[in-house]
Amino acid sequence: MGRAEDLLATGLADQRAGLDRGDVVSTELVEASLARIEAFADLSAVVSTRADGARAEAEAAAERIAAGQARSALDGVPILLKDNIVQRGEPATCASRILENFVSPYDATVTEKLRAAGAIVVGRTNMDEFAMGSSTEHSVYGAARNPWDRDRICGGSSGGSAAAVAAGLVSVALGSDTGGSIRQPASHCGVVGLKPTYGRVSRWGLVAFASSLDQIGPFGRSVADCAAMLEVIAGHDARDSTSIPEEVPRWTEALDGDIGGLTIGLPEEYFVEEGVEPGVLARVREAIGEIESAGAKTVPVSLPHTEHAIATYYLIATAEASSNLARFDGVRYGHRADRPDDLQDLYTRSRSEGFGAEVKRRILLGTYVLSAGYYDAYYGKAQRVRTLIRRDFERAFEACDLIVTPTAPETAFARGAKSDDPLSMYLSDIYTTSVNLAGLPGLSMPCGLSEGLSEGMPVGLQLIGKPLDEATILRVGDAFERRTDHHSLRPPEAG
Amino acid sequence: MSVLPDGYEMVIGLEVHTHLKTDSKLFSPAPVRYGEEPNHSVHPIDLALPGVLPVLNERVVELAIRLGLAIHATVNTTSIFARKNYFYPDLPKGYQISQFEEPVVSEGWLDIEVEPENGAVASGKGKKKKKKGAAPELERKRIGITRAHIEEDAGKSIHDAAIAGSDDSCIDLNRAGVPLLEIVSEPDLRSAQEATAYLRSLRSILRYIGVSDADMEKGQFRCDANVSIRETGAEFGTRTEIKNLNSFTHVEDAIEVEAVRQLDLIEDGGDVVQATMGYDPERRRTSVQRLKENSDDYRYFPDPDLIPLRIDPATIEAVREALPELPEEKRTRFESEYALSAYDAGVLTASRATADFFEETARICGAPKSAANWITRDVLRELKERECELEELALTPEALGGMISLIEEGRLTANSAAQIFPDLVSDGGDPEAMMVERGLEAVSDAGAIDVFVDEVIAANPDVVQQVRDGDNKPLNFLMGQVMKASQGKAEPGQVRKALAEKIRG
Repeated sequence: MGRAEDLLATGLADQRAGLDRGDVVSTELVEASLARIEAFADLSAVVSTRADGARAEAEAAAERIAAGQARSALDGVPILLKDNIVQRGEPATCASRILENFVSPYDATVTEKLRAAGAIVVGRTNMDEFAMGSSTEHSVYGAARNPWDRDRICGGSSGGSAAAVAAGLVSVALGSDTGGSIRQPASHCGVVGLKPTYGRVSRWGLVAFASSLDQIGPFGRSVADCAAMLEVIAGHDARDSTSIPEEVPRWTEALDGDIGGLTIGLPEEYFVEEGVEPGVLARVREAIGEIESAGAKTVPVSLPHTEHAIATYYLIATAEASSNLARFDGVRYGHRADRPDDLQDLYTRSRSEGFGAEVKRRILLGTYVLSAGYYDAYYGKAQRVRTLIRRDFERAFEACDLIVTPTAPETAFARGAKSDDPLSMYLSDIYTTSVNLAGLPGLSMPCGLSEGLSEGMPVGLQLIGKPLDEATILRVGDAFERRTDHHSLRPPEAG
Repeated sequence: MSVLPDGYEMVIGLEVHTHLKTDSKLFSPAPVRYGEEPNHSVHPIDLALPGVLPVLNERVVELAIRLGLAIHATVNTTSIFARKNYFYPDLPKGYQISQFEEPVVSEGWLDIEVEPENGAVASGKGKKKKKKGAAPELERKRIGITRAHIEEDAGKSIHDAAIAGSDDSCIDLNRAGVPLLEIVSEPDLRSAQEATAYLRSLRSILRYIGVSDADMEKGQFRCDANVSIRETGAEFGTRTEIKNLNSFTHVEDAIEVEAVRQLDLIEDGGDVVQATMGYDPERRRTSVQRLKENSDDYRYFPDPDLIPLRIDPATIEAVREALPELPEEKRTRFESEYALSAYDAGVLTASRATADFFEETARICGAPKSAANWITRDVLRELKERECELEELALTPEALGGMISLIEEGRLTANSAAQIFPDLVSDGGDPEAMMVERGLEAVSDAGAIDVFVDEVIAANPDVVQQVRDGDNKPLNFLMGQVMKASQGKAEPGQVRKALAEKIRG
């Protein structure tokens, strides 16, 4: 493996240092990234590349950097975007046939910010169609594979981004998280993934799944790299009415390893023996012990409405999705049925042909949930439970600074294992959905490999923060990394 | 006069959609323009491209507050945008953003003037010539306004083969996202004439306060009418909704036609069925478009892309401070300040442009009554003949006021004024210069007038004798002869005086 490839597999700090010293130039990093994407095509992690554009940008970045005018920690660094984050002149398919030929005429806010910072988008990553899924199996491009074990799923819906970072195709990538879609694949692929506070990162240019839950966030090989990415993409955006008008802290500068005096809440509802793979629970308990030994103390907390989170999530998310996906009608862009008989036929066939089974299932569910006569019983009630779940966290945070849980109840499951059982698939988000419902920041980071049932597969630790307090979970995560080497473990086949 | 027999009455409620006067659309920065090439006033937001989000145009909120205050309504400090979901090709998102459970404005009213219930004379839509200054006997009636809410317009589907170029349908999204206020009245209207009186009053208010141009021809002011009939004072009957009425004539005709249709149904022993109706003005018929029981389920829910609209009470007060004088207030003021009749005040305040024109003219000439007469009589006649708006005339308040001043000063006779007025209307100009140039200045020199008077007396000895015998009627004839001899320039008061003196001695 060459110098540039090594740097892709390490992280932003090494790349920055290498670039600034002139040990490596950004064109080499981009070439290395494109080559690895090619070499690891069997992962189906990346669905499209933009080699020409990336090469031209790399040359421009190389000149800037040589002139000592690097724009940011990301200048000249190759990155990947999840296929639901738009970039001007590039496809944005959301892994769906219905957007097979769609090219975006505009940039997402995060794309604009990353490009302004000098980051070089080399391609787009695989995902569950319209971010609906937990395995990246529901994709028009075919299922993505886990670089740790190609017979297992990589999690989802941002599975492509997680797998790409794990396999060292790039060192950082963007995903989106509606009910765990960053954290769960990060956990399954042994990388760090951060879902920021709802409203911290602009959704302008993120193809909506469930608007009140969706949030863009970074994947990286370290907590520090996620913090660096977040600094670039966060901030108030007038184009997103739900964006929070808050200053963007310099998170990277606060990562000093000192977590003395912090109190960690352990929700009793999340540490139940049944439903959690013992190998997962063991690693998570060890990690908590490690954090305690760094000076933090733990307290039990209760999140009593946890058991309703999945149901609440699926009522709200599908309701919003049924409306958000109405625009894909075959009229203005995307897939259109061939020679429709009439308008009804145009709609019916374009959508029937364009959407996959899981997307159809959720549109039907959501349509039902909002129907006259059912609205109060389902959507209305789900909104009320959502409030209760938010209050659970508010109350818990009166006693602690952050909450630590497993990210997922198990490690990456075998491909196809849950394809025919949507309910069991939905349950893989049991620890993550509450965080979206409450709009909180959540971080998943590697805490070792499991033993027993799924020996050698990565386990993820979830750190949940107070609203807008990404700082604390990043600081604790970083302190944990300083004391352990779980984050530097690489998939055996990733070279 | 009602088209229904005695003992029956109509119950009408109106839903008005009015385009708001903004530079850009409700949720996108695309400009609002009329008559633009199809699909040239669109932004990715209006196209509902993947990933776009709506951002509320603040100007719309201000205009909604203005309307709320003008119709004496509650401006709600919190209102919610909701999605109304349905599929249609000119609705790009597959949902319309509207307000549903919590509108921005609720519970207001406006007054209209209606013919008294037992009015002796059926005037039939102003066919009866109204005598100048004679106030018709009208009664005020208060019409409740249930709510007004903000929503976006849809685009247009064009099915016309001549435009589409084939059997295909085309879509123009220029109108998609244009801000609207939907203003919903209570079912307080009892005749088609009351309905149009309400619409005129509402339109006048909207224009006064700069909320909407409310031009029906441009589709900026559209009306749906809910109509039912009942035995007078009984429980409400089953109503139907007539959609998309785009002129006052259509509103009036459609309501009457629908009321008669319902009456016929009932008299034949049938029932009115709740339905959405269309109106065909050519055939003067309403027909069922869709039965309500088959109505769509719009699956309304709060739009998660938009936060609740919160309006600071201080903002409402600031808008109230800046609110222009409303038609009703202006009318009352005109009556007291300028001693105008209720009728003249009503005519002059029917539009803000006319009212402003009058006030400026009156200020310049210092003779409000004359200014009112010239405007209500001559200026409005010109507008009617030319079928144009006041702003399109070359006539300015300076010119009209200047001309009236000349008349008031006795320098210009009414006859001469009538000669220069049409040119002032068409081309503008300075009335005094015009008068001098054309030699129209009134002759008020006693010697010059005596010459004309002597001529006329000499030429009409028989008539003069009649007057001397005590018959005053022919005096007017002699007046006319003198005016004719002076080419209309002799000052009429002096002529009258000279004639009287010379004939009676």
